[in-house]
Amino acid sequence: MLELVDAGLAYGSRQLWSGLSLRVEPGEFVAVLGANGSGKTSLVRAILGLQRLTAGTVTVTDGIGYVPQQRRVNLLTPLRARDVVGQGLDGHRWGLGRSAGRTARIRAALEAVDAAELADHPIGVLSGGEQQRVRVAQALVAGPRLLLCDEPLLSLDLRSQRTVTALVDRRRREAGTAVLFVTHEINPVLPYVDRVLYLAGGRFRIGTVPEVFTSAVLSQLYGVPVEVVTVNDRILVAGIPQAHHE
Amino acid sequence: MSELFTFADYGQLLALVHNSIAAGAVLGLVGGLISVFVMMRDMPFAVHSISELSFAGASGALLFGANVVLGSLTGSILAAVLIGLLGSRARDRNSVIGVLMPFGLGLGVLFLALYKGRSANKFGLLTGQIVAVDTPQLSWLLATSAVVLVGLVVVWRPLSFASADPEQAAARGVPVAALSTVFMVLLGLTVAMSVQIVGALLVLSVVCTPAAAAMRVTASPVVVTVLSVVFGVGSVVGGILLSLGSTIPISPYVTTISFLIYVVCRIVGARRRRTVSRDVLHQPTTVAQGAG
Repeated sequence: MLELVDAGLAYGSRQLWSGLSLRVEPGEFVAVLGANGSGKTSLVRAILGLQRLTAGTVTVTDGIGYVPQQRRVNLLTPLRARDVVGQGLDGHRWGLGRSAGRTARIRAALEAVDAAELADHPIGVLSGGEQQRVRVAQALVAGPRLLLCDEPLLSLDLRSQRTVTALVDRRRREAGTAVLFVTHEINPVLPYVDRVLYLAGGRFRIGTVPEVFTSAVLSQLYGVPVEVVTVNDRILVAGIPQAHHE
Repeated sequence: MSELFTFADYGQLLALVHNSIAAGAVLGLVGGLISVFVMMRDMPFAVHSISELSFAGASGALLFGANVVLGSLTGSILAAVLIGLLGSRARDRNSVIGVLMPFGLGLGVLFLALYKGRSANKFGLLTGQIVAVDTPQLSWLLATSAVVLVGLVVVWRPLSFASADPEQAAARGVPVAALSTVFMVLLGLTVAMSVQIVGALLVLSVVCTPAAAAMRVTASPVVVTVLSVVFGVGSVVGGILLSLGSTIPISPYVTTISFLIYVVCRIVGARRRRTVSRDVLHQPTTVAQGAG
């Protein structure tokens, strides 16, 4: 699905991370966390082939579904929700031919994110949360084997966050899609996550949530004392340097 | 008014200008199609700059006795590719355009000042000269249009993807940068054609206004494209037909029709958007968003 071997990325003299080896298996849900500027988005870009690694290799199966960060869309963009999802299906193909069953697949993808009734609305008039659900449908419509999510929950209300994460989880269980999920907040994905990759201060740690989310591990990553507390199945982290956090 | 409109002998006039009408229809078609991407990629300013360099190329050709269409094509494609290569980011692009535009216009003015031929030729390059479309010129126009049309059909879908969401398109393996260059060449060809017909100063009415108007009334990509073509053909051919009975050049007619279509579409669109946002707000699944 996805394999990084001794991967490293640097901008000039600034090393984001190095010696990163990670293998994501089919159906596995891996969350990527870390401070701002720790290279989470660069990791996603490297996996997509949009950014060259400065060390090591990355191997990916064909068929990546990509859910980017929420971004405002121009109000007048001449696309409806159904057209945006359609681009995930055949937007990369040359010519004008359309495959059979296209409409049905688009409808199914929109239904799966509770957005069937938005199909005919211009993408520009939808709220941020609605646009993001449409983007998830766009990423899933072609049936990818690896789903890359880059902060897809940012700016979503709690209900939409649950809808999106539950949908991603169902997808990997039913279709064996591997999931790499970049997020700055562990709690929304806590019920689903198998392993965590935590990036901070040029270092990283890979393991299950109980292995990584300890005061000792995070303190070591950040280089300052960090306190991890679990309350009612929620993980609270205190003491992360503000300069590195949003 | 009798100076402006004399429709006596209109039939005979029509027979004389069928070349121009054909050229106008083809230009309206190609302009209507390409304007969809000009709007999606936010490039009206770039179009204006390309048309000034196209004007410089055409006036240079006029001065040196070369083929004017070829001169206009050269200037146009050079400008389009330069803008494409130097201005991949919006901010860079605007500064490259701001530098290129006066340079092109100045060069064109210089060539025309040195040119000793008919002054109607000079004026025509800036403000249009469609009634003068002769058969060789028409052949050039048709050949150029054919290239643009075929090119657009091939790249339409990935170009639309890359224009709407370059990151997502790149993630799906769309060659976003290469497509951008291809689009600039197609745009250059279209602008060079438009310069021949409506003149360098008025190109935007053919290559921007049609889709700008269409996007006000619908978000369906197919309907936008069809409307844009209808608006493009309607304003260019309509402008030619109206100008036949008058002493005024074709451009004011084309630009006025084009502008009126846009105004009507804005009014219709404002009503439509009010209805749409009401619908969206009343949907039960819609939850208020904190941050947008």
